[in-house]
Amino acid sequence: MAVAASILDLIGDTPLVEVSQLSPNPSVRILAKLEGQNPGGSVKDRIALAMVKDAEASGALQPGQTILEPSSGNTGIGLALVCRLKGYKLRIVLPENVSPERRQLLENFGAEVISSPADEGSNGAVRKAQRMAAEMPDVAFLYQYGNPANPRAHYEGTGPEIWRDCPEVTHFVSGLGTSGTLMGVGRYLKDKNSAVGIWAVEPPAGELVQGLRNIDEGFVPPVFDPDLIDRRIIVRPRESIEWIRRLAEDAAIFAGISSGASMAGVARAANEIDEGVIVTVFPDGGWKYLSTGAWTDPIDEVVERLNNIIYF
Amino acid sequence: MPVEVRLPTVLRSRAGGKSSIQADGGTLGEVLSDAVRQFPDLAGQVVTDDGVLHKFVNVYRNDEDVRYLDKLDTAVSGGDVISILPAVAGG
Repeated sequence: MAVAASILDLIGDTPLVEVSQLSPNPSVRILAKLEGQNPGGSVKDRIALAMVKDAEASGALQPGQTILEPSSGNTGIGLALVCRLKGYKLRIVLPENVSPERRQLLENFGAEVISSPADEGSNGAVRKAQRMAAEMPDVAFLYQYGNPANPRAHYEGTGPEIWRDCPEVTHFVSGLGTSGTLMGVGRYLKDKNSAVGIWAVEPPAGELVQGLRNIDEGFVPPVFDPDLIDRRIIVRPRESIEWIRRLAEDAAIFAGISSGASMAGVARAANEIDEGVIVTVFPDGGWKYLSTGAWTDPIDEVVERLNNIIYF
Repeated sequence: MPVEVRLPTVLRSRAGGKSSIQADGGTLGEVLSDAVRQFPDLAGQVVTDDGVLHKFVNVYRNDEDVRYLDKLDTAVSGGDVISILPAVAGG
């Protein structure tokens, strides 16, 4: 494809790159899928486009309508890009404690940003958007956390791309946000080879949400099927930062903070297996995290900052 | 030998305001029972009355989700850290 009809045609088909020089086990290869190469800069462009197309096809979304969505940033940015080209208005409920770059990108693409309390994290953004959607029946509420088009975008896109480029994959390691990437890719790879191990990686986000009133304000995305994954581990900010610095130094890859968490998970998996090929997803590039000083400031200071912002 | 159990903010008021407590047991289930024995207000918060992990709580042994280990039968020993966190989404 020499000339793309629009930026939307450039979503997906991202490159898979060898980062085995970072493997702690010489018998384990590591390949990373660079989702930061999507036009909106993250893996979430895929689900933004898929959810909008799905809602158009079902009639749930009408020309010129307003879309409302809770997002910690990347889904919102993907939707903002899609909405700008397709003529929809967009309102994003965004926790106050995301990096300023995320807010700036949303505003750049014309989204209206509605803040939700920092101490409630993404759970608070979800609750606020749900309340707003109930009060405003004229908005289209795509709801990434419960929309089957989210995992389907990965079952039909990301998963087949990985299988096409690396059928020898033995393990898939990915971050857990909405769980869409893990559910879609995981299910596709298990369908192709049921022996593929699926590992989920997450930040200690539960430590951030000081504002929950009771344990029932916890949130599990409806699209998440816990039986599909084999392991689930927490990666702390310090380890994530150490890994994005190593990626920059040893592989010249400028990856976002959740990519560092993924690499930490990959390294643990590589240490536990004798041999294999681990594929992981780098959800975005480093650009939106420059303001955290992640590559430049003393690591203790960066870790302290990351204890107070949402980067998944 | 007791293990450290780290509590999320939302549960601390049920444990005398503590962010971390010590509890005894050879399995996660025994440790959590000992935690409830010390702080009865924790009853039903992590393990439901039906004896399973609460849907909106994730429990980790040394940062590994116990649902993918042996759930409440997960072995614990001195030096392990049990972290209890509310379920949180990203995206």
